[in-house]
Amino acid sequence: MNQANTEIVKVENLHKSFGDLDVLRGIDMTVRGGETVVLLGSSGSGKSTLLRCINFMEMPSEGRVYLHGEAVGKERNGKIRYSERDLCALRTRIGMVFQHFNLFPHMTVLQNVMEGQVTVLKRGKSEAAETARRQLDRVGLAEKAEEYPARLSGGQKQRVAIARALAMDPDVMLFDEVTSALDPELVGEVLKTMRQLAEEGMTMIVVTHELGFAYHVANRVLFLNEGAILEQGAPHDVLKNPESTRMREFLEGHSLFKLPD
Amino acid sequence: MHEWNFLAVLNDADLLLLGLVNTLKVTALALLFGVPLGLALALSRLSTFRPLSAVAAFIIEFFRTTPPLVQLFWFFFALPILIDVRMTPFIAAIVTFSIQSSAFFAEVFRGGILSIDKGQWEGAKAIGMSFSQSLRRIILPQAVKRMIPAFMERSIELLKTTTLVSTVAYTDLMFQANDLAQKTFRPLEVYTIVALIYFVMIFAFSQASIAVEHRLAKSGEGTLR
Repeated sequence: MNQANTEIVKVENLHKSFGDLDVLRGIDMTVRGGETVVLLGSSGSGKSTLLRCINFMEMPSEGRVYLHGEAVGKERNGKIRYSERDLCALRTRIGMVFQHFNLFPHMTVLQNVMEGQVTVLKRGKSEAAETARRQLDRVGLAEKAEEYPARLSGGQKQRVAIARALAMDPDVMLFDEVTSALDPELVGEVLKTMRQLAEEGMTMIVVTHELGFAYHVANRVLFLNEGAILEQGAPHDVLKNPESTRMREFLEGHSLFKLPD
Repeated sequence: MHEWNFLAVLNDADLLLLGLVNTLKVTALALLFGVPLGLALALSRLSTFRPLSAVAAFIIEFFRTTPPLVQLFWFFFALPILIDVRMTPFIAAIVTFSIQSSAFFAEVFRGGILSIDKGQWEGAKAIGMSFSQSLRRIILPQAVKRMIPAFMERSIELLKTTTLVSTVAYTDLMFQANDLAQKTFRPLEVYTIVALIYFVMIFAFSQASIAVEHRLAKSGEGTLR
């Protein structure tokens, strides 16, 4: 995390199509150490797909992804090949948090946070448990370690999911609409945890509809429209003085959000 | 009015006991080979590699739709003509019921694996797990719990179906019963006892399976509401 300003993730000319549908049409993006980048856009704009291409939950149709300046995949005969092994190793360095938590229901909270460390990183049980407890403490859930996920609220589940990703010591964290499935009164605790991470210097790429979070926490906001970046910049520029009609319409659609003067 | 005389049968109880042991042996071995083979077939059928999936689907459907007696006769009488193997009734029984039950177990596994939310695969993948790690650590432990009732039902079915091996002269419980019925001229007593043996075994097993199912339902992992 002490890599402020060095390039962490770079995406170059990224394309993704599902059949005839072009979801991403050439995305270029660089995320630097300690930055929080928020991706905005209406549904279908490709923001989640972009996020999922960064850790190869979706395979890009074209273009390259770089982590620490190192290209993922090997080019052979004009095609880029990705080995399952390389992708698994890559994913240990990129944490991801999902809309629907995806916690493992047959394991306790502590086991959830230990699982990747033990099975993938081959850490010892006691080291993994110690790290897990530290990360649970970080998201304010140390006392829930022995509970099963089914007994937690949505907000607590999502914070466990954040701790599970953090326990791998990732270089960057991806958040994919992590508050969208939560009851409104539980959104705050998750956003607070994310804000705290951002302040601690974690590099984060966040897909969200929470414009308040984008405004107050992001270093940079990217607005996606039809698979391309339409606008980007500091949140107080992009959110207050959008250049495009499309972005203005989008912001007006979020009528509940009032920007502070 | 028939005069019941169980004594004549009970005098030869060791014959039936041997048969019972052999029945359990065939069932246990068929489970031992059938369950892992079933998992392999299920994973093959779920594979995105089309030829593998198609072959697995064919094997599964073939053995689910043909009568087990035909399969047994085929392995016992027909296979030795094709390839140079000597089939004993025992081997034919094991081969038949391993493959036959694996086809059913494959569908139980497949149903169990498919019942697990896609998000579980994604959650596992996102922390760097490989396909086999995800399967072993995340998917199967959850799927197997849901499969237990169907799995137990198939095992009971298998135990009953093994009576067919008596037709190729394997000395299972049914074969011994036939033998004893002819020897003692007391078919009524013999088959009554044999029916009772099956009943007690299977009833106990199915009660156990219901108990397991209820426990799973309580923990919210089962198929019962």
